[in-house]
Order: sequence, then structure tokens, then C-alpha cells
Amino acid sequence: MQLEININGEPVSRDVEPRQLLVHYIRDTPGLTGTHWGCDTSNCGACVVLMDGKPVKSCTILAAMAEGHEIRTVESLERDGQLDPVQQGFHEMHALHCGFCTPGMLMTSRALLDENPNPTEEEIRMAISGGICRCTGYKNIVAAVQWAAQHQSAPSPAPPTPQEV
Amino acid sequence: MAVVENLPSATQERPIGFGRLKRKEDARFIRGQGTYLDDIRLPGMVHGAILRSPYAHARIVSIDTSRALEHPGVAAVITAKDLETLGLAWMPTISYDTQAVLAGDKVRFQGQEVAFVIATDEYIARDALQLIDVEYEPLPAVVNARKALDPDAPLIRDDKDGQTDNLASPLWEAGDEDATNRAFAEADTIVERDIIYPRCHPAPLETCGMIADFNPKTGQLDIYNGNQAPNAHRTVYAHVAGLAEHMIRIKCNDIGGGFGNKVPVYPGYVCAIAGSIVAGVPVKWIEDRTENLVSTGFARDYIMHAEMCARDGKITGLRVDVIADHGAFDSTAQPTKFPAGFFHICCGSYDLEAAHVKVKAVYTNKAPGGVAYRCSFRITEAVYLVERMVGALALEMDADPIELRMRSFIKPEQFPYETTTGWTYDSGDYAKTMKVAMEIAGYEDLRREQAEKRERGELMGIGVSFFTEGVGAGPRKHMDILGLAMNDGADLRVHPSGKAMISISAQTQGQGHETTFAQIVAEELGIPPEDVQVRHGDTDRTPFGLGTYGSRSTPVSGGAAAVVSRKVRDKARLIASTMLETRPEDLAWEKGRWYVKGDPSQGAAIGEIARYAYSGDPMPEGLEGGLDAQVIYDPPNLTYPYGAYIAVVDIDPETAQVRVRRFIAVDDCGVRINPMIVDGQIHGGLAEGIGIALMEVISFDAEGNCLNSSFMDYLIPTALECPDFELGETVTPCPHHPLGAKGVGESPNVGSPPAIVNAVIDALHDTHGVKHIDMPCTPARVWAAMQGRPEPPQ
Amino acid sequence: MQTPPPLEYERATSVEGAIASLQRLGGEARVIAGGHSLLPMMKLRVASPSHLVDINDLTELSYIRQDGPDVVAVGALTRHAELLDSELLAEHYPIFRDAELVIADPVVRNRGTIGGSLCQADAAEDLSAVCSALRAFVVIRGPLGERVVSMDEFHVGPYTTAVKDGELLTEVRLPLRPGGGSAHEKVERRAGDWAIAAASAALWIEGGQIIDAGVALSAVGPTTVHLTRGEELLRGSSPSDELFEQVGQVASEDCAPFADGRGPVDYKRHLAGVLTKRALRRAAARAQGREA
Repeated sequence: MQLEININGEPVSRDVEPRQLLVHYIRDTPGLTGTHWGCDTSNCGACVVLMDGKPVKSCTILAAMAEGHEIRTVESLERDGQLDPVQQGFHEMHALHCGFCTPGMLMTSRALLDENPNPTEEEIRMAISGGICRCTGYKNIVAAVQWAAQHQSAPSPAPPTPQEV
Repeated sequence: MAVVENLPSATQERPIGFGRLKRKEDARFIRGQGTYLDDIRLPGMVHGAILRSPYAHARIVSIDTSRALEHPGVAAVITAKDLETLGLAWMPTISYDTQAVLAGDKVRFQGQEVAFVIATDEYIARDALQLIDVEYEPLPAVVNARKALDPDAPLIRDDKDGQTDNLASPLWEAGDEDATNRAFAEADTIVERDIIYPRCHPAPLETCGMIADFNPKTGQLDIYNGNQAPNAHRTVYAHVAGLAEHMIRIKCNDIGGGFGNKVPVYPGYVCAIAGSIVAGVPVKWIEDRTENLVSTGFARDYIMHAEMCARDGKITGLRVDVIADHGAFDSTAQPTKFPAGFFHICCGSYDLEAAHVKVKAVYTNKAPGGVAYRCSFRITEAVYLVERMVGALALEMDADPIELRMRSFIKPEQFPYETTTGWTYDSGDYAKTMKVAMEIAGYEDLRREQAEKRERGELMGIGVSFFTEGVGAGPRKHMDILGLAMNDGADLRVHPSGKAMISISAQTQGQGHETTFAQIVAEELGIPPEDVQVRHGDTDRTPFGLGTYGSRSTPVSGGAAAVVSRKVRDKARLIASTMLETRPEDLAWEKGRWYVKGDPSQGAAIGEIARYAYSGDPMPEGLEGGLDAQVIYDPPNLTYPYGAYIAVVDIDPETAQVRVRRFIAVDDCGVRINPMIVDGQIHGGLAEGIGIALMEVISFDAEGNCLNSSFMDYLIPTALECPDFELGETVTPCPHHPLGAKGVGESPNVGSPPAIVNAVIDALHDTHGVKHIDMPCTPARVWAAMQGRPEPPQ
Repeated sequence: MQTPPPLEYERATSVEGAIASLQRLGGEARVIAGGHSLLPMMKLRVASPSHLVDINDLTELSYIRQDGPDVVAVGALTRHAELLDSELLAEHYPIFRDAELVIADPVVRNRGTIGGSLCQADAAEDLSAVCSALRAFVVIRGPLGERVVSMDEFHVGPYTTAVKDGELLTEVRLPLRPGGGSAHEKVERRAGDWAIAAASAALWIEGGQIIDAGVALSAVGPTTVHLTRGEELLRGSSPSDELFEQVGQVASEDCAPFADGRGPVDYKRHLAGVLTKRALRRAAARAQGREA
């Protein structure tokens, strides 16, 4: 079936089988392999993207179901060469090791701060409990979200070069 | 590095050398631009999928692939018969056993590989699996390792000539039996326990997989693979597939976690390679999570019986007998001379009079493996054993568990210390580290709080663990894997511009190598870390090495990086002496610069020396141009990090749920190259320890069906199960390591499970008489223990 | 990753249209809303309906509203996250917030729906017990119109409800009465896991007497366990710890758990008792205005 899905503000059209999962639809789009998968049972959260602003597990949504909605992936966080505070916060606070869960965690954190700009530690831990990280033990992820909450409105004017972050 | 100019943290000083440096590799990961295996698409690439056995033990009567082959999207279906013609039906394992690539005669564990489908896309590949008809004749399965050697136990490895039972590896012993018997005879206190370290799984978030790309015109085999030991794998493939080793390239790209899961050679890899050789196009195989849990290298599964003795308040002896469950094939990964890994370090941190250790490995109808999940080659099992026994002894003696340890520790003046089982610990001041942990924890206050809560019927436990482990294998005369010495190389090139590239063997899977190795070069040469590129994990472009696992990156590759940097620095001195028209011995070094002693204004910075080295200007007599060096580092010994851990748990008296309220971890891993990264490694390992202690287990029913084959039942802690870890440090440098550093990546996984289990027992001992409990301490198991019926696994 | 078998997909544009499609396609079709029960099963290839009718556009089925003085009506398509956030529900039925905080995880809660959860009819499913304890009714619409069914009639057996092929669950109706308090208590192996056992309790207290009670248990029977014997003990009595202990005892006896990876039978029975007692205590406190 022919689908057109709004991903990061752009229409992405493709002819796919009805059974194609949203995570694969996204990952088959050039430049959008930042959304990952790590399990078969909707537990790990590596596939989390935003659908109409809310974090969802894209491995448990058919691509066909996403038509008519706005999908945002990790690639949408950086705008005009400026990092989103959550991205900067993860870097500042060493909230990633292997980076595999990171896109899901970033999107979940972004959605949390959009709804709750000053979350408590408990609220952060609850918000990210739909994702598994095998590397960090979560402590620095919590710190990163808190950092981002404190630096929400600070502009980051220096466009990062390949040698900078 | 991270620079967002007008934010406060951007003004933080960036160390040139050791210190808290934000990671260089973050740049691509925070943008979702990492390149993991499933992100790689090659032209003409096809997809593989594996049909797996539903039975734990069964004869294969027939395999009918005709329906699958009729599917228009299916290019090939490979079975054992096809592999036999290529000599690939069986492959050697790292433990000198053989493992079936695809099952031919029998299946020997649930999930074993039976057929390999190659199709145009992954959805069709999976559809095709349902079109393959296999007829099985089920056989009784060996599931309980204790029964594997019973005379009437079914023979699993009837494929091996001369194999008449399910013994996988002959008895292995360490220590002194007579001396141990004497110590026990003279003891005033003895405790005995059956302690199980259940089967669990490293379960990195990215599953295992490979793209094999064989070019029939050139004979080149390019492999894309998340791999913790790429050079060793290349050697294995050359041997197994009869290919020329110099025509095989393994390129690792970004790896989404390893934890030992990405060390073994898996049948899926061999199938992908075979598929690509036969089809002449790239073949991608990537497993799903069920396959990962059910068939790839699991961890632990040690059934231990131990006795520990004491005299005059001090621990004096230890006796341990182990049945190791290796699954259906022996594919454990450890140095050849140590078939039980380093388990015999279970003598622990104590000045024992004697110890005696026996380990016997058996086959069972389960997935192969055993050495994985940050185990430091079985040191997780060893430390769990000894620290649980010390806890048991403390209970028996009615002694404070910390005081008993303090009395029994190896003393600082005793280092280097040779243990009763043959280890030479390099350096340590154990009491100091233990005291730091007590202070951070507020140990006295915790004991007071516990007493108060007990009065009110609230259950709170404080558990202690103190570990010494040995990491960084290892000296070439003692340590090899498959005959390849466990040395690692480093190549360092300083370019004419003064920027540098260091190449090391193994690809990071999250440990931050791109940052820490740049920091090592920065520390030694004064070149800023942002000007040092770290290249790793590509067998064509990086030196030979045995890889990253067993916490060997810092001790071995880090040693190599330091030594190669010093070689470059020494060459730079000679060049500088020519530039400055003086003798080399008249030059002194400050980070980044050689200068004339007594006249510091006369000097040459490393960048200037590099430019000179590539120019046509005269070099010192006998010295070639350029500024680079190569090293293969042979570590003189393992390094021995240690730590003091304290866990505080609360147990709901009615529901028996255990919550880890606090976890205090004080590690001594010698000099820390990047404290931020070290702390991060510890956080992650502590979370894994909580998982192992409370919820992670791979278990089976009586027929050998795996009961934890998805993340619905293989439970990994979320942010809600992990407390805010409290870390401390002491620094006791390693005397033999070029940087004074020891490894650390596995320490938290080594030290935390016994602390948590000791805490659970501590919570329940006085009120419920609990003296022992096995992991995982699920609510059901804890409740049974509280009823006086501790139920061991199986 | 595991992937679903081939399927046909259509998106419903109206409730009537959805029902007509279901009628036409018969047993080979399933409704998909949140999809977090159905799609995982399809990926593991233990379910393979050949047709999926996507009802996510039927926003007319997503609401939480007071429908007259005696009923709060919840549309079947209402998401777990919305049930958690709803102040209306929190005010009248705090049991929903208790349950939602421990159903799956916050991300899954953005998709899963109350209709989907109820129709999945997994015995360990929390909202089934919640609705049973609250004495809810569900509205099922078919080609011939609507019928209203009690929770007891709704729960037919494991994974089986009163919703027949060609029908759609459209609404959950919660009776609204004064003096009510409710609570849900759950024990699981880890956050987000299915219950080892869970208990839902609702009490209506007037003049210091329990005038009505609803108690239901999750994960300790082939389907949701409706603790009728316990309710009988409660009705007409004054709330007290001893009474709640007694009802807990009944819960232990009357449930029918089986052993599995989450726990053995005796532990589950024990939990049923403990959690029933705790849920009743909190429900009573809330009914009497004591607990927030």
C-alpha cells in the first residue's frame, strides 16, 4: 500500500506492505537510522519516537497507523546546527555509553520536559522507565535531564563542527 | 569536544591528559548518527534468518525445505548437509570443543540452529522459516547439571569420539588440599553452604549479527560485525572456512553494548559467511531478542558447594567444589591454561592459610556459553562465592561483617601478595577503602536505624562485599586464547601538523575508548585530546590484539598506548636534540615539549618536532624520518582492582518485595584516566548487579524449554529499580602498569550481587532465621525464605 | 526483530463502518487500537488475523465525562495515559490512578486503551479488576444496536469476553454514588511487569457502615476473580482492620492461581490476601475522606 507519513516535518512516501512496522518505515528512510530496535516485546524503548508530541514505541505501531500523524525522531532534535538542550545535557553529564538506547531516551526526555519543565528525580525516573539502558545505570541520564531542564532556554549559537560536539 | 560557548559548563577546563573530559564519540550518538550493524546497507544485500529447534534434545529425522524454496523471495535455504560439503557443518570453539553450525544428526538445546534462510528482505526471511518442515524425534533432556553425570543420564555429545558421559571438561584444581584440610582441622568455626550462581545473560541492547560480503572476483571477505575480539575471529574464520587470513577484513563499526555477549563465534556468523561465499552477494544476519536470550553466550551457571573456616576471629581456609553448567557445547572463552577461568581467585581479599578449589564442567541440553556478562573470566562467580561465605561466617560467629573482613584482610605491607591459589596481587590498602565506604554509607547510623526498624517489624538489611579481582589478561607466557597470546598492539602516528592517530585492536562498545585513549596520548605527549584520533576495531587498519573483555582495555591496550607514546616521545627527543643542536641527555621534558635543561626558552614543541621529522632537514644519525611508533604490549601481570561495596535494602514484610534503597561503591582501580568514564562504568555495572541479584535469570522447565526468552520474562532493571548510586574512590597505583592504572569495567558486576544478597539475608536473619537465599531474590523466593523454606533454583 | 505475518489493513472512519467491516470479515479480522497486546502477539506469530481494522481515528470513542448524576462514562478508545491524568477519575475513582501508575510503562500508556485492555481479557490485566470492583457496565455495539453488560457477564473466560465477532466495545460506564472510596494494590517482579497478584477494592460507606463493596483480583485465576464471598462479608459491616483481614483470608481461599515464572501457588494466594486487605484499607480511608 502507498503511504505518506509526516516525519520530522517532511512527507515521506513509500509503497510498503500493510504489515510493515513504523520502526522499519523510519529506518528505511535515508538518514533516519537513529531510531533503533532492541527487543520483540515492546519492552526496551530503543525504538521510541514522538507521535503528535507523545513518546511511543514505534516497533509496536504499523506504519499505516502513523499516516495522518506527526512523527518526530532523534534526527529532528538538532535545529539549524544547534543542539537541543537534552542532547547537550546527555553529553555534559555522560548519560550515554554505547549510544544504542540514547535516541529513545532523548525523545522521551524531550517529551517529558515539554510537558513538565521542572521534573523531580522521581518523575524523571518514571518517565524513562519504559526504556532499558544496559550501560549507564540511569544515574547520569537523570542528571542529564535535570541539566537540560535548567538550560532550556539558553541558546547554543556555536554551530558544532565535526571536532566539537 | 563539547563546546556550547555561552553555557557555564563550556568554561570548564579541558584536561590535556587525565581528568574529566567529555566524550568525543558523543557527537554522533546524541544525533542518532551512530552506525550500528543494522544501519549498514550494502548494494545487493540479502537477509538471513535462522530456523531454530523447539526441542532441547531430539533426533532430526528429516528436513524439508521445498516449500520455503518455492517462495519467490527466498534465494537459498542452507542446512547441515550443504555445510558439510563446505566443511563448515561444525566449527571449533574457543575452548577446543566443537559446535554444530547447523544441526545435522541431533539438536542439543532449545533454540539450536537448524537451517539458514536467505531472502530478499527480513520479513520474507522470517515468513520462510515457517515454510521449512522439520521432523524431530524428541529425546529425554538433561536439564539439571547436578544430574548430568548420573549413570543413566542421556548422552548429549554422541558426536564426539570416545565421549561416554556428559563431562565437558576434566576436573580442574587449584590450591592445596592437604594444607586446607589442616586449616579446617585447626579451625574453631566452620560454615558450609550450597551456593548457586544462576544462569543469566548479558543481553546488550543491540543483538548480535553480521554482514558478510564475499567478493568472488577478488576473494576478499569483508565482514561487518559487532565484535569484541575481531582479530581472533579473523583467525578462526580463516581456519574454519579455509580462507586466506589476509583476505579477510572484520570491521566493527559502532557496537550497541557487548558485555561479553559479542566475544564468541556464533553459528549465524558462519552461516552468513557461507551464504555470501555461495551467493556472491552481501548477506546480513541479525538475530532477534529471543534468539539472543535463548542461543547466544549466557553467563554463570555455577553450582557451588563451599566451606569456610576461621580461627581466633580470622578467616583461615576455604574449600570449594563446583559443577559448571556449560550447555550443549563447550564454548566458554578464557585463556587456555585456565579452563575454569580465574575462578580460583575465590581466595578473595583475605590472608588465608589455605584454600582448595575443584571445578568440573558438564554438558547439558541448554545453550552453550558460561563466560560472559562482565565476569572477568569467572571472577563474578568467585567473588560471589567468597563474599557470601564471609557473610555466612559472620552470621555463625555473630560478628560484624565488616569487622570480620578487617581482621582477615591482606595487609598493605604484604603486597605484592601471593595467594594460596597462585595469584600475585599487585597492590592494595583494603582497610582504607573499606573505611571510605563505611563513611559514605554512615555505617553506624545504618545499624542503629536497622535496630529501630526491627523493633517496629520493618525489615531493613545492610550487606557488605569486598572484592579483589584480576583483570587485563595477560602475560604471553601464561595467557593465550586458541594459541594466540593475550598481548595487544598500539600504533601511533604523529602527522606533520602535530595531530596524531592511535590505532588499537578492539572496538569500544560504550567504554569511551575514543576519548580515554586520546587522553593517554595527551598525557604522554601533550597533544590535546581533540587532536588525537583513535582508530579501532578494523582488522585491516588496526594492530593485532585479543580484544576488549575481561576489563583488559586499560591494563593491556592502555599499557600499549602509554608505551607507544613514550617511544614516540623518545624519538622526538633525539630529533629535538638535532634541532636544538644539543645532546639528548641535555634535554628535559614538560608535557608537550622538549627543552634545554637550564635554558627553558630553548625548546621544541611536539608539533614542531613532527613537522621537522617529515621535512627534508637532517635527522639524527641512523634515525628514519617521520614520527611514529609501534608496540605490542606484553603485560607483566594482571592488575588487581578492588572495592568495598555496601547495599541497603528494605523488604516489605508482607509481600517480600526487595528494594535497593542505597548502594555505596568505593572502587580502587589505581590511577583513573577519566574519572567520569570510570564512574559511569560503575553505575552501569551496579545496575546489572541489581538485575542479577533480584530479577534476571535464564531458567528451564524439566523438558528443557527456556522460560525467559523475551524481555517480558528476562527482566532488566529500569530507572525505577536503581537507586542514586553513591560512589567513592581510593587510588592505589598499579606498580607494574605504565600508567599505574588497573581495569575497572567489570568490578561493579563482580562486587554488587553478593552485597545485595548479603543485605537480604541481613534483613531476614534475626526475625526469620534466614541464613541463605539464592538469586534472583524475587518476591516469591524471598517470601519462601521467610517461611523457612528457601527454594534454590531448579 | 520479529515481524508480523502478512495482513490486510483498513482504517475505520466511523463506528458503524468498523462494525460493518468486522461483520463482513468475520473471525479473520481483529480490531486494532493501541495494538500493544495484538502486535506483539503477531510479531511472535502466535496470533495471525488476516485483517486489521484500525479504529484509532474514531475519536468519538475517546472521552471521560460525567453522564448524568449517576454515571461516569469512559469511551473505549481512551488511552491509559488519559485515564492516569484525568482529574475527574481521580476525584471519584482514585483506583484508576493507582492502577494506571503500575500498568505497563508511561510510553506504552500513550497508546494502550481501556477497551483494548478489557477485551484482551488477560487474567493479569489490572483494569478488568478495577472495573469489576467498581461494578462497571460495558456497552457493546453490534450491527443490531447496543447492549449493556455487567463485568461478570463480560468476563467469559481466559482471553475471552462477551464481545462477539462483528461487535465493538464502545464504552465503560462507572456507577457514581456518594460515600465511595477505591484502591488498587499490585505486586510485580519489576516495574511494568504483569501482576504476580493484584487486588481492586471499592467501598461505599454511609453512616459508618459499608453499604456496598466491590472486590476483584488480577492474575490469580483463569480470568479476573470477582470476590463475591468477600463482598458479602463487607456489606452491612463497619470497616475495620479485622474485617479486612477476614476478607483477605477469603481472597486467599477463593482465588485459583496457577504456578508460573512469577510465583508458586501458595505465594500468589498469600499475596491475594495481603493485597485485598491493603486495598480495602485504603479504599475505606478514601471513602471516609482520610487519605488523599
